[in-house]
Amino acid sequence: MNTTIGLLLLQDGLTSGFIYALLALSILLVFVVTRVLWVPAGDFLVFGALTLAFLQQGKVPGTVWLCGALGVTTAVAETWHAWRGNEWRDWRLVVSISLGTPLVIGGLIYLLAGSKPALAVQVLLTLALIVPMGFMLYRVAFRPLADKSILVLMFVAIAVHYALVGLGLVFFGSEGYRTPPFITGRIDAGFTRISWQLVLVVAISALFMLGLWFFMGRTLWGKALRATAFNRFGARLTGIRTETTGALAFSIAALIGASSGVLIGPMTTLFYDSGFLVSLKGFVGTVIAGMVSFPIAVLGAIMVGVVESFSSFYASAFKEAIVFALLIPFLLWRSAVEPRSHETHEHDE
Amino acid sequence: MTAHRLLIGALCLLFALAPFVLPQPLITSLSYIGLSVLVGIGLVVLTGVARMTSFGQAAFCGLSAYTSALLTTLLGWPAIAALPFSLAMTGMVALILGLLTVRLAGHYLVLGTLVWAIGLFYVFGNTPGLGGFNGITGLPPISVLGFSITSPRDFYIVIWAVVGLGFLSAANLLDSRTGRAIRALPLETMAESFGVATSRLRIQVFLFAALLAGMTGWLQAHYIRVVNPSPFSVNASIDYLFMVVIGGTGQLGGALIGPMVFETVRTWLREIMPVLFGRTGSYEIIVFGILVIVILQNAGGGLMSLIARFLPAAPPVRAPRQAAPLPRRTLPARGKTLLSAENMSKNFGGLAAVQNVSFDLRAGEILALIGPNGAGKSTIFNLLTGVIPLAGGSIRFEGDRIDGLPPRAIARFGIARTFQHVVMQPRMSVLENVALGAHLRGTSGFAAATAHLERTEEASLLFEAQAQLGRVDLASSAELPAGHLALGQQRLLEIARALAADPQLILLDEPAAGLRFGEKQKLAALLRQLRAEGLSILLVEHDMDFVMNLVDRVIVVDFGQKIAEGTPAEIRADPRVIEAYLGGIDEEPVRATPAQEALP
Repeated sequence: MNTTIGLLLLQDGLTSGFIYALLALSILLVFVVTRVLWVPAGDFLVFGALTLAFLQQGKVPGTVWLCGALGVTTAVAETWHAWRGNEWRDWRLVVSISLGTPLVIGGLIYLLAGSKPALAVQVLLTLALIVPMGFMLYRVAFRPLADKSILVLMFVAIAVHYALVGLGLVFFGSEGYRTPPFITGRIDAGFTRISWQLVLVVAISALFMLGLWFFMGRTLWGKALRATAFNRFGARLTGIRTETTGALAFSIAALIGASSGVLIGPMTTLFYDSGFLVSLKGFVGTVIAGMVSFPIAVLGAIMVGVVESFSSFYASAFKEAIVFALLIPFLLWRSAVEPRSHETHEHDE
Repeated sequence: MTAHRLLIGALCLLFALAPFVLPQPLITSLSYIGLSVLVGIGLVVLTGVARMTSFGQAAFCGLSAYTSALLTTLLGWPAIAALPFSLAMTGMVALILGLLTVRLAGHYLVLGTLVWAIGLFYVFGNTPGLGGFNGITGLPPISVLGFSITSPRDFYIVIWAVVGLGFLSAANLLDSRTGRAIRALPLETMAESFGVATSRLRIQVFLFAALLAGMTGWLQAHYIRVVNPSPFSVNASIDYLFMVVIGGTGQLGGALIGPMVFETVRTWLREIMPVLFGRTGSYEIIVFGILVIVILQNAGGGLMSLIARFLPAAPPVRAPRQAAPLPRRTLPARGKTLLSAENMSKNFGGLAAVQNVSFDLRAGEILALIGPNGAGKSTIFNLLTGVIPLAGGSIRFEGDRIDGLPPRAIARFGIARTFQHVVMQPRMSVLENVALGAHLRGTSGFAAATAHLERTEEASLLFEAQAQLGRVDLASSAELPAGHLALGQQRLLEIARALAADPQLILLDEPAAGLRFGEKQKLAALLRQLRAEGLSILLVEHDMDFVMNLVDRVIVVDFGQKIAEGTPAEIRADPRVIEAYLGGIDEEPVRATPAQEALP
C-alpha cells in the first residue's frame, strides 16, 4: 500500500466514520434519556436513504404507507390508553401528529413524487415524513414501558427493529438502492484529492454535532433532556415530564437517522435490512464511550469507520469481524475503570 | 403425589409416546422444536431469573457444531468423542465473553454477545477450510455402542431425552442454595451482603446457558449432518430470545411452550404471508416483533403466565422436620471490643459526609447510631458494610481490618445486615429468602445443585431458615411468597435472614421505620432477646422512644461528625444533642464546615 491509497482509504473511512458517529449520537441520546438501546437507529438510516432513492426515481416511497400504518396504530393505541386512564391531556397533539403526518406529508409526496421536485424539496419531504415516525414509535412502543428495566426496553427495541425490517421488506422490496451523488468529483488539496462527498458528510455532521451541543447546553428543552438523563426521578420532581423528553429524544434520533440515510445514500447500496450492521457500528462507538460521553462516542465511531475501511482493503472478508473485535480492548478497559452497576430497580411483575 | 407432579409425569409420558403414534413429519418438527427448547431452558435461567441476556446463543450452537464437524470430518472422530471438545470450546468462549463483560452493567453483555455473534458468523462464512457459506457436509451420525441414530424417531428420542435432562438440571438448580443466589442476582447489594460472589455466579449462569446451546449445536450438526453459517446467525439468536419471551421467561415452562408456539406460528405464517404480499421473504418477523411488544407491554409474563393460572402450582419449598444442625460460631465474651472504627472519613465531591468518626462496639451490646436527617448515618452504615469505600481511617473487626473489603468478604466475618428499604426477592418464598441468609454456611456448588447432590446440606440450610423464622415469630408464613408479607413482617424477615447467617454482629438500618406501635414493641423485645443470647447489634434509627428504651449506648452524629457518645440518659441531657435536634436557642450555631460552604 502506498500513501495515495492510504489517504484514499482514510477518506473513505472518515466518510463512513462520520455517518457512524451521527448514529452513535442518536443512540447515545436515546439511551441516556430513555435507557432504550436504540437498535432501530440503522433502520431509520435505511428509511431515509430508500425514501430519497424512490423520490429521485419519481416513485412514491413505501415509507408513506409505513408512516400511515404506524400513524393509525399510534392513534388507536393512544386513544385506548387515554380512554382507559381517562387522561386526555396529550391525546389531541399526539393523534394530530400521528394522523396528520401521513395525511399531509404523505399526501404531498404522493402528489409531488411523479413530477420529481428539486433535490432540496425531496430531502425536506423525506425528513418531514420520517422524523415524526420516531415520535410515534416512542409513543406506541416505549412510553407504556418507560419505567421498566433496561432489559425489557432492549427486548422491545429489538422487537421494533424486527417489525421495521419486515415492514421495510413489504414496502421497499428486497432490491437494493443507491442514490446518485449530490456532488461528484474531488477537490485538489495538494497532498491528496478530497472527495466532495467527504466534505459534505463532514460539514453536515459537524452541523448536527454543533446543533446538538448548542441545543443541549443552551436551551431549556436541551437542559430538560440532560436533567432526565442525569436523574429521571429528580427530573420529574422538578416538573419535567419525562415522556415529553423521551419523545423529543426519539424525534431527534429519527432526524439524525434519516439525515444520515440521506447522506449515506450515494455511498453504498442499501437494502431494507442493511440497518442492523450500521446500528451496531454506532453501538461500538457508544460502548467505547462507556455509554456516557458524546464526544468520545463520536471519536469512537469515526475510528470504527477508519478501521473498517483499512480492513476492507487488507482482509475484506473479515472486515466485520475485525471492526467488532475493536470492542474487546474497550470492554476490558471499561471493566477496569467502571464501577459495578448491576442493580435493577424493577417493580415489574 | 401432588397434582403438579402428576402433570409433569403426564407431560413426560406424552412426549415419550409421541414418536410411536405421530406421523413422521410431525416427529421431525417436534425434534427441531426440542432443539430450540434446549436453548430456551438456558435463556429462561439467564434472562428470566438472573436478569442477564445474550444475543449469542445461536453462535454458541454454531461454535459447537463447527467444532464437532471439523473433528468428525477431518480427523474421523466419532460424534460422541467430539462432544466434550465441542462443549469445552463453547464453554471457553462463553467464559471469555463473561469475564470481559461481567463486571459491567447488563447492556454490555448484550452488546458483547451481539457483536461476538456477528463476528463469528462472518468468520464461519469466510474462513477457508470451513466451506464458506455452503458449510461442511458429510458429518457422521451419532452412534452409541454400534447403534447409529439416523431415523427421525430415534433422533426425536435422543433430543427429547436431552431436553428432559436439561429441564431437570435447571429445575434442580433453581431449587438449591445456588439457585436462591441466582434468583437474588438482580438484587446485587443484598446478595453480596450475604456472601454471594455475584460476578462469579453470573459467569456460571452464562456458562450454563452457553453449554445448553453447545449441546444443541452438537445434536443439530449430527442430525442434519451438514453445518453452514445461516442457522447460527444473530437473527437465529434473536428468534431464540423471542421464543422465551413469548413463552414466558418467568417459569421454566416458558422454554417449552415458547418454541412450540413460535415454530407452529412461523410455519403457518411462512405459508400465508408470501401469498398475502405476493412475494417471498421472511415477513413473519413483523408479526413476531409486534407480538413481543404487545406481550412486554402487558405484564411481560408471556403465555406461561396465562396458562399457569389453570395449572396446579408447584408445591412450595418446605423445611424438613429434622436435619443435621449447621455448625455455629462461638460468640466472643461479653464486653470485648468487637468492631472498632477509627477516624472514618468519606467525601462526596466537596461534601464531607463523614469526618473522623471513631467508635467502638463491644460484644453483647446494642449500640445505636442516631442523628438528624442528612447527618451521615446511612453513609456510616454503608462504610461499615463495605458498600462504599472509605476515604480515610480504618475499621477493624476483632482486630482485623475490614475496610476496603467487598461486602461479601465482610459477611464472612459474621457481620449480617438489614436494609433501610426492605430488599428481598418477592417471588421467592419467605423460607427461601431467609435461607439465602445462610448462603455462606453451605458449600455446595453449581454442578452439585444441577444434580441435586447437595440434599443433606440443603435440608440443614432450610431447617436453619425455618428455625430462624420461628425466632422472629414468622414460622407459619414460611411458604408464602415474600411479596405477600406486610411491611412489619418484611422487616422481621430481614432480621431472620440476618440471623440465618449465624452472625456475631447484626447491623440494622432503621428497623423500626414504618412499624406500628405494637410491632415496634415486639421488635424491641426480639432485639433484647438476641442481646441476651450474646449477639451484638448496631442500629441506625430515627425513632427516639424506640432507641432510648432499648439500647445500651448511643452515638450521635451531626453533619458528618460524632458530637456525643454515652448511655441514653447521658445523651438525653447532652446540650449539643439537644441543639442538633432542636436548633440553638441563644445563637445561630456554626454548623457548616468550610467544605459545605464551598458548595453552590
